[in-house]
Amino acid sequence: MDAILLQILNGLDKGSAYALIALGLTLIFGTLGVVNFAHGALFMIGAFCAVTLQRVLNLSFETIDETQKDFLGNPLKVKTPYVEAWFGPEAGAWIIDWAVPLALVIAIPIMLLVGYVMERGLIKHFYKRPHADQILVTFGLAIVMQEIVKYFFGANPIQTPPPDALNGVANVGMLIGMDIVYPVWRIVYFCFATLIIGGIFAFLQFTTFGMVVRAGMADRETVGLLGINIDRRFTIMFGIAAAVAGLAGVMYGPINPPNYHMGMDFLVLSFVVVVVGGMGSLPGAVLAGFLLGILESFASTTWATTTIPGINQIIIYLVAIIVLLTRPRGLMGRKGVMEE
Amino acid sequence: MFGLDKKDKSLLAIVAILTLLAPFILNPFPTDSAMAQFNAGYPDLMQRFVIFGIFAVGFNILFGLTGYLSFGHAAFLGVGSYSAVWMFKLLSYNIIPAIILAVIIAGLFSLLIGFVSLRRSGIYFSILTLAFAQMSFALAYSVLSNPKFNLTNGETGLQVYNDDPQILQGANAPDLPHLFGLSMRSTYTMEIGPWAFDFNAGYYVCAVIMMVAFYLAIRIFRSPFGMMLRAVKSNQQRMNYTGLNTRPYTLAAFVISGMYAGLAGGLMAAMDPLAGAERMQWTASGEVVLMTILGGAGTLIGPVLGAGFIKYFENIFSKINDNVLHGWFAFLPDGLEDFVVTIIHPFVGKGWHLTLGLMFMMVVIFLPGGLVEGGQRLAAWVRGKRNKGKDKTTGKTEPAE
Repeated sequence: MDAILLQILNGLDKGSAYALIALGLTLIFGTLGVVNFAHGALFMIGAFCAVTLQRVLNLSFETIDETQKDFLGNPLKVKTPYVEAWFGPEAGAWIIDWAVPLALVIAIPIMLLVGYVMERGLIKHFYKRPHADQILVTFGLAIVMQEIVKYFFGANPIQTPPPDALNGVANVGMLIGMDIVYPVWRIVYFCFATLIIGGIFAFLQFTTFGMVVRAGMADRETVGLLGINIDRRFTIMFGIAAAVAGLAGVMYGPINPPNYHMGMDFLVLSFVVVVVGGMGSLPGAVLAGFLLGILESFASTTWATTTIPGINQIIIYLVAIIVLLTRPRGLMGRKGVMEE
Repeated sequence: MFGLDKKDKSLLAIVAILTLLAPFILNPFPTDSAMAQFNAGYPDLMQRFVIFGIFAVGFNILFGLTGYLSFGHAAFLGVGSYSAVWMFKLLSYNIIPAIILAVIIAGLFSLLIGFVSLRRSGIYFSILTLAFAQMSFALAYSVLSNPKFNLTNGETGLQVYNDDPQILQGANAPDLPHLFGLSMRSTYTMEIGPWAFDFNAGYYVCAVIMMVAFYLAIRIFRSPFGMMLRAVKSNQQRMNYTGLNTRPYTLAAFVISGMYAGLAGGLMAAMDPLAGAERMQWTASGEVVLMTILGGAGTLIGPVLGAGFIKYFENIFSKINDNVLHGWFAFLPDGLEDFVVTIIHPFVGKGWHLTLGLMFMMVVIFLPGGLVEGGQRLAAWVRGKRNKGKDKTTGKTEPAE
């Protein structure tokens, strides 16, 4: 029982990342009808927002402390980060410690801007072109984004530690009288993902803007004929989808040190998630994200890997293939949407 | 001859001349001159040119004719490589059985994957092939390399060991891939003055096979079967309404292109008897997509051009470093020189992928027909100018390369 719960927990954090990326992909596909191969790159850019902030906060100046000597007898050079000088040592250290969560604040405007520019500058011109062209141009864009990040940050993974307070393990089983020890940050990630997903659904469900967007997803032309500038709203939705991917990336840094091609690794799986959930179905994407994440973690148990070696590597693809062949519209896809 | 019309015959002749004289064409600079690093005429790279040419030509039969965008073709290439190396391990280092088996196994494998994937079209097809390719990669990388059943040798890659059976290996046959005794590595270097030209046996085997493959591609393009595939691309629904089942045609195209990929994989193993899982990764499939689109999907010569272009830049462009750049711009004033070098630096050397990505995007956005369309437009533009009576043209009509 403990083991099962542990695997479910394990699946939840990976599933959260899948669900967030797949949600963004589905939003873009549902509104603009574009398959965005650059979505993984947006995830990666989010993660590097955190890296950048961490580096900026650690910028420091050197002072020579005459009272202390290093081992050669010279006066010791002390590095003080600017933030510590400005806000006082304690507050400064706290800010540096909380670099990753703080990066969320800068990531939101950056990702909205990136998404907006991407849609207006590039994708706008591809609505009338075949899907293959959309795939290709976003694929090219993903390569370009990756290479730019690689140029500035190098090819090696960069450690982005979580805040000390959230670094470590907690016994999450206590509430239900069991003994399950689990890293705190992963629980945070899951809660964060739930919040974002809830926020997006609430936004679409309970605001006028969201209502218009949903109407546009159902019938773009009619909404346009009613005198609503649906294109502008869809552009904003693209920005939001980019922001969701970016935020997922920011928070994923402490789980897996970001490197420039982390997006590509997630992208393929996110596509599979979208397809399993049903192209264009938001709840489907979220559900499939969590389901596949959990499935993957169950397949990684020693029992499963000794029975069928390497099953954890292929289980998601197997499921996707079976789903596509038996239920082409996906778990929660509407009938007739992209069933061709 | 060959059942081709005049235009195709000249196309085939151009490809034949280009491939057969490649050692000369690719080595235009004397060996000890400063430009020698732009020489691409060394055997390893020339082999890759033609092998990826075969791969791209095959991919183009599927994508260029039917419009089905597969993101999983590298899987067939990998399967071809693995089967070829197994043939080396079990039979002998002769490349003929290895290549034959590579084509057959890749064909069977693509039949299986194509049968499933082609039930869907459009994006779904792309994603399905992507999923299959990643699955094959995972299979090759970890699942099929456990101690009980080691088919792929996992991370190390499949290679030939001394204790392999090699039942047909003769006593004095070369200990490397060979064609009835002619080692694939044997190279004859011809030196004319300051120039040196390498004639490599492996390259010429690949080149001849590529010409055959190219010829077959021409025949497929011009056949009724090819017309049918084009009809599928332009309007599949209409084809269905006329009572025609398009699936066998698309499946045949898929299998043919899978066999081309297997052939390329087999040749790759024949040049270097090693097969690794990274050949099957989906980014490798992305590369062949890049080649085909860059050269011009749906045209005959395009994929070959694209493959050559990308492989040339991958190997040559990536060698340009800051010293070379400083050498080039030495004529500029100092400050300006540093500035120009700083600007160009991110795009060359290790950053050549950035250039590739940008170029690819430009091609998709502005030149959906690829380099071939670019060349045609340039030619039309020049011709138009000439017709207007402006006598300024210098006859620069070769494709943009």
